[in-house]
Amino acid sequence: MNIVEKIGSIILGTIRETAEILKLLAGTLYWLIFGPLKNKFVKSDSIFAQMVFAGGGSLIIALFVSFFTGIVIAMQSAYQLARFGANIYVAPMVSVSIVRELGPVLTALVVAGRVGAAITAELGTMKVTEQIEALETMALNPIRFLVVPRFLALIIMLPCLTVFADLMGIFGGFLIGVFNLGLDPYRYLTFSFKFMAWKDVWTGLIKSFVFGMAISMVGCYMGLKTKGGAEGVGKATTLSVVTSFVLIILFDCILTGLFYFANK
Amino acid sequence: MENKEIVIRSENVSRKFGDRSILNGISLEVYRGETFVIMGGSGCGKSTLLRHLIGALKPDSGKVYLLGKELSGLSEGEMDMIKKKIGMCYQSAALFDSMTVGDNVSLPLREHTKLDKSVIDIVVKMKLELVGLRGFEDLMPSQLSGGMRKRVGLARAIVMDPEIIFYDEPTAGLDPIVAGVIDKLILDLSKKLSITSVVVTHDMKSVFSIADRVAMLYEGKVLEVGSPDEIKNSSNPMIRQFIAGSPDGPIKFFQQKDDYLEHLIK
Repeated sequence: MNIVEKIGSIILGTIRETAEILKLLAGTLYWLIFGPLKNKFVKSDSIFAQMVFAGGGSLIIALFVSFFTGIVIAMQSAYQLARFGANIYVAPMVSVSIVRELGPVLTALVVAGRVGAAITAELGTMKVTEQIEALETMALNPIRFLVVPRFLALIIMLPCLTVFADLMGIFGGFLIGVFNLGLDPYRYLTFSFKFMAWKDVWTGLIKSFVFGMAISMVGCYMGLKTKGGAEGVGKATTLSVVTSFVLIILFDCILTGLFYFANK
Repeated sequence: MENKEIVIRSENVSRKFGDRSILNGISLEVYRGETFVIMGGSGCGKSTLLRHLIGALKPDSGKVYLLGKELSGLSEGEMDMIKKKIGMCYQSAALFDSMTVGDNVSLPLREHTKLDKSVIDIVVKMKLELVGLRGFEDLMPSQLSGGMRKRVGLARAIVMDPEIIFYDEPTAGLDPIVAGVIDKLILDLSKKLSITSVVVTHDMKSVFSIADRVAMLYEGKVLEVGSPDEIKNSSNPMIRQFIAGSPDGPIKFFQQKDDYLEHLIK
């Protein structure tokens, strides 16, 4: 009975939290769409500041991760393909797996760890030091003021970052292909892009768009419901990153499945 | 106090957090232009009461009227209209860490008015001058001392020229001189601009220097409301003990319910 109760309460809790996050998403979309109609625009400079933080600040590390991933995939696939004398197929192997899968997912994980955590820590600190309440008392809606700029910044910047990360990953594979496997650079690049369809690119970008929504919503939600001082901020931040990671993998699976079965 | 306009009224406001009852049927009236002080010991519910009066928290039962409107029945838009007419000074100042002092003070003006930036800059300077911090516009809140932060918080609270200002422990944790300065500011604002002030505090010196009327709160109930003199000469032993600050009396410092000896050997 005790275990049943526990499982039940975990499931109920998850449903409740999901509902709350969806409510926050609805509020965000409301302000995004109807705010301008009510003459309550979201400040462009705060969106810009968030974009610089989310995009510019994450670029180097996203490129770094993607570059080495490209190298690793090239080496791992060469290990297999060399047996068939099919070394040239390292090129499409790297480009397609980076663009479809690893570019969007790894970039999202980097951004969740860096930006999602920062969002939760900042909003959480604002919550426990009464700053959120002060905003509300000044008749300033925290969703319009804090959540919308972060949401916009992430859904715009994450796909942008992903494009750069994709290119960097392909470049990593290229280096192995040319300098280690001794493939012709021109032929390598032709093979990289010949086997890649546009669909591979845009499904990857749709994924990163959805990941951006998930990271910003989870980050803001965990921040705004923070309780209990410095310790609470720490807990909320950890929970935010863990939840984002799980959601990224979950959405990745769902979206890949959707694209896969839609193609059949 | 005859024919005075009532700007805040609470009727039987009660609130529970979990099993703990924080407010037990509080009924109060605050008149326009007066300085109304709510005093009481730590944890007696005075900050919670303040949050109910500004509509930040909703009572479990009872009603709050602010500027003639019953808060629970208001739409978000109507509530925003009222919020623009009140200012709130937080205990921790609640300044926005990511903004400069100037941006903190000007935020409500930038968001709610169509004033030109040059006008806003002048208003910000005037409000900072009132709290003695003109010239600090470009500092970040983290560069200020606690007393300065509270004064910036006060400047921000009055920047929209509110009709009512709420203060949550405005002098707590400040040195006596800064506390005196803040008290004088509260007095000046209410006398010169005839702003209604509601102050929550347990600083006795401050109570008797600023209050027109005082309400004493204990365990979520109003013990007595009256002028400072009436409170000073109250026959209620709890109020006498609170003012004298004596450890012995009807208000117990110890809040444990079980017996000490039993608890030790259990």
